[in-house]
Amino acid sequence: MKQHQRMMGELFLSTLKISAFTFGGGYVIVPLMRKRFVEELNWIDEQEMLDLISVSQSAPGPLAVNAALMVGYRMAGIPGALLAVLGTALPPLLIISVLSFFYRQFRDNAYVSAVMGGMQAGVAAVISNVVLDLGNGVLKSKNLLSIAVMAGVFVAVYFFRVNIFWVILLCALLGLVGGMFRARGTKAAGPKEEEE
Amino acid sequence: MIYWQLLWSMIQIGLLSIGGGYVAIPLIQEQIVTLHGWLSLTEFTDIITIAEMTPGPIALNAATFVGMRMAGIPGALIATLGCILAPCIIVLLLAKLYYKYRNLNAIQYILSGLRPAVVAMIASAGVSIVMLAFFTKGVLPHTLHDVRFLSIGIFALGLFALKRWKVSPLLVMGGSGLIGLVVYLVIGVGGY
Repeated sequence: MKQHQRMMGELFLSTLKISAFTFGGGYVIVPLMRKRFVEELNWIDEQEMLDLISVSQSAPGPLAVNAALMVGYRMAGIPGALLAVLGTALPPLLIISVLSFFYRQFRDNAYVSAVMGGMQAGVAAVISNVVLDLGNGVLKSKNLLSIAVMAGVFVAVYFFRVNIFWVILLCALLGLVGGMFRARGTKAAGPKEEEE
Repeated sequence: MIYWQLLWSMIQIGLLSIGGGYVAIPLIQEQIVTLHGWLSLTEFTDIITIAEMTPGPIALNAATFVGMRMAGIPGALIATLGCILAPCIIVLLLAKLYYKYRNLNAIQYILSGLRPAVVAMIASAGVSIVMLAFFTKGVLPHTLHDVRFLSIGIFALGLFALKRWKVSPLLVMGGSGLIGLVVYLVIGVGGY
């Protein structure tokens, strides 16, 4: 019971802290989630984290809220999910409520702007670091389909701004067909080796 | 009355914004500026700027701001709730399905197709963020004038700290902000 309480507290504080630092768009949550839930707390592994992001992406709504909900649900069912969503929604709610009274001064303040400028570079470093690690992981898997999907999706999303919804649909289909194809291949070749 | 309108508008925004914050912006604009006239276009542009300068999802920031302007703290609460209500129900269902069926072969195949795709989407967002940080216009520059050398320096230092010393990302972000402030105070260079 005590352990459960501590875990819930950890969940709430972690989602609160992560939300308070997701500057620069939804994906910045990925390096933060990875550090906290994968590396520090060991609650989920990297594959599962990517799965959670995939599932969060396939639903409408803010990525940060959806991903937090998934982690919360994984750890403690519906109460955990609600707690994680609360932790994620609270910082923006508080910060913007306060700022709404003097947002013009905030926006035009030179010191705020200097901090933001520095922070933007820091956010760039944080997301680059996670991209390098995750990208390396895909390359090292030596799975040609995965590498092709990664390259193709990057071109489609970065250069052609294709809507993520279609990308997800197509990649899910590709994964399904590719997996079934490979499974049939290994069956036909006899029970040799499991992995590729 | 205003509460119901606010709630319903936000539910629509939450429900329709599939595929990230930048998809949500035109939806929010449609609901708040065009349809209801709750904010002027200038105020709306201000919100987007503020939302980018503060942490948290753009949709939530914008919702809180509009709610606050329209009906104070209850408005902010209702707007936030409306914005996340539908997504939360949908994601909860998906979470149930994921944890129930994730060991099925078919689901494993689908997920194996999605994982590299998600890495690529994060990479795409990452490149955009790096471009914005490095160059004033966010695109490859024609003159050195558009290159932000201070940002490139902070970036290099941050990446080194993350890779070599395994520093927490939160520390890198906080530290980068501090460096930005100190450099501005000392030599008056920097800014967003």
